[in-house]
Amino acid sequence: MKAFTKHTGTLAIINRENIDTDQIISKEHLKSIKKTGYEKALFSDWRYDDEGKPNPSFELNWPQYAKATILVTGNNFGCGSSREHAVWAIIQYGFAAVIAPRIERNGNTIPGFADIFKNNSSKNGLLTIELSQEEVNRIIQIATHKQDVQVTIDLTQQSITFNTEKPQSFSFKIDASTKNKLLEGLDDIGRTEKFADTITTFETKHNTYL
Amino acid sequence: MTAKTIFEKVWGNHVVQALPDGNTLLYIDRHLIHEVTSPQAFEGLRLANRKVRKPTLTFATMDHNVPTDNRTSIKDLIAKTQIETLEKNCKEFGIILYGLDSDKQGIVHVIGPELGITLPGTTVVCGDSHTSTHGAFGALAFGIGTSEVEHVLATQCLVQKKPKTFLVCFDGNLPKGVTAKDLILKLIGEIGTAGGTGCVLEYAGSAISSLSMEARMTICNMSIEAGARAGMIAPDDTTFQYIASNNRPFAPKDKKLEKAISDWRILKTDEKASYDRQITIDVHNMEPQITWGTNPGMVLGINGVIPKPEEVRSATKADVESALKYMGLTPGTKLTDLTVDVVFIGSCTNSRIEDLRAAAQIFKGKKVSPKVVALVVPGSETVKKQAEAEGLHKIFTAAGAEWRNSGCSMCLAMNPDKLKSGERCASTSNRNFEGRQGKGGRTHLVSPQMAAAAAIAGHFVDVRSWL
Repeated sequence: MKAFTKHTGTLAIINRENIDTDQIISKEHLKSIKKTGYEKALFSDWRYDDEGKPNPSFELNWPQYAKATILVTGNNFGCGSSREHAVWAIIQYGFAAVIAPRIERNGNTIPGFADIFKNNSSKNGLLTIELSQEEVNRIIQIATHKQDVQVTIDLTQQSITFNTEKPQSFSFKIDASTKNKLLEGLDDIGRTEKFADTITTFETKHNTYL
Repeated sequence: MTAKTIFEKVWGNHVVQALPDGNTLLYIDRHLIHEVTSPQAFEGLRLANRKVRKPTLTFATMDHNVPTDNRTSIKDLIAKTQIETLEKNCKEFGIILYGLDSDKQGIVHVIGPELGITLPGTTVVCGDSHTSTHGAFGALAFGIGTSEVEHVLATQCLVQKKPKTFLVCFDGNLPKGVTAKDLILKLIGEIGTAGGTGCVLEYAGSAISSLSMEARMTICNMSIEAGARAGMIAPDDTTFQYIASNNRPFAPKDKKLEKAISDWRILKTDEKASYDRQITIDVHNMEPQITWGTNPGMVLGINGVIPKPEEVRSATKADVESALKYMGLTPGTKLTDLTVDVVFIGSCTNSRIEDLRAAAQIFKGKKVSPKVVALVVPGSETVKKQAEAEGLHKIFTAAGAEWRNSGCSMCLAMNPDKLKSGERCASTSNRNFEGRQGKGGRTHLVSPQMAAAAAIAGHFVDVRSWL
């Protein structure tokens, strides 16, 4: 997988909550046996009308977002189906990172990303960044005011910097193992294979009931 | 010794290595695969010149893509290639496959338990989010992406972060006409579609212990709809009787079974164990549930009315407005006034023999409304055979419903079974997302009884008045 160290680009905002993986990539695109060719499938039910023409009301079809490489969205992004095709489509469309808010509602905390999606992202080099609702609101405010604002995400520093006249920065948290994996573009299987003897020893004493 | 939850016990039994970064290398006992999320994983193995470490612990079937009418000639050539690719991969890597020619083929989460593949205390994974189903046996079962499918094939392990624990207690006796489906929909309505994120749910309480294995599977199946990757129910005599019955080829037998049961009896949460979170839901006065919006958390009792956007506390006003627009609904409308075009009884949530019996009880001697197309799709060929032996298929067809072969069918519409834009469907499946059952289709999730009653009446009804 491709390493993620630093990325500079512009933002696209789809300000909806609970965007599920069925919306990110709908089922008719899951029949392929390949890992590539999903860029046109991203958000296809929202992106195109029934004749296959771009739907002008959908955010990614707005001219100001045409070159965006960072997606800002609502909480619980990527819920539902485990389809990793959703992550492949986001990357192949051209996004390098997704930013979503962690929100507080009715006394509960709702995370920015669903578990399986977040996990799948980390295995493909897609950076998922969770910020507070206030921070995401401020980001949306800046990006709405100046749509072509360049933003730099620095994973080593865990920072997001808006290259405005007076630069504005946000810092984000990420667990150390995901950070290292992304920075180095590490292959999980290769790492696990180093424990081959430990796995064999485990297997000799473990009952699988089979 | 510290008191442990069932999750902590099963997790502990599968730790191969605690990793320096805080993650755990976890052993996987059962790996289920299907045609949609596995081809890229096998391709990855080939590219890296890797083998499948334990081919006997992986089990394959095809379900998502398969037509449920004529399965001998698949017209969709891309789907056909995906199915043939699974056949080829299983042959090349030595994995057992229940293909379209097998009388044991079916939805992966139906055949796992049916064949005795799913057992208490095991870890079960599959490239499908509804793998949580298998937690009904006290297994730790969760959905994974294709990269992890490849990882399991290569190493029989997964690198996992230990989840938190969340106890869900359903207290009381289930009222007549209220089912496992209603319990889980009610829970999702209470905690929201992200309420269980990062957690393994454990379902307990008097309402759970009285449920059959199939009903428990329905509950665990939809744990993912609450954001939890897994749901678990401690195994008990109901579980052991299920495993011992029906000659399940991969379940232990005789002496081995006795020994296994004695291991499994200790797989319950210790009295003094604590959870990170917990919730209790009183089931005494529960009504049959029905979703009205575009995620499973947008749910109400059948006697409710479509809410005003500002009344919904679990979603933003804009998102509720968008859901109502998509669903073609006006606030104030009674749920029982909603007419349906299509009724789908099937999916890994509700396609087992007890679900079909419950639906048949409603269909018996009645006719499907002339305005409604009703589909009954058994979860596996085994379920199909059993239903036909009991004559259930005759009840469905006499009522005017279609009786199909097994598969995922209209749950996700990756096959020829799908809704047309604007059609409203009473569905026993698990997701009411936009376009889930076909672009523009409108899904209302309900129990099999509720779906059958809607098919006959042509609109939603409170099935309790029919029982």
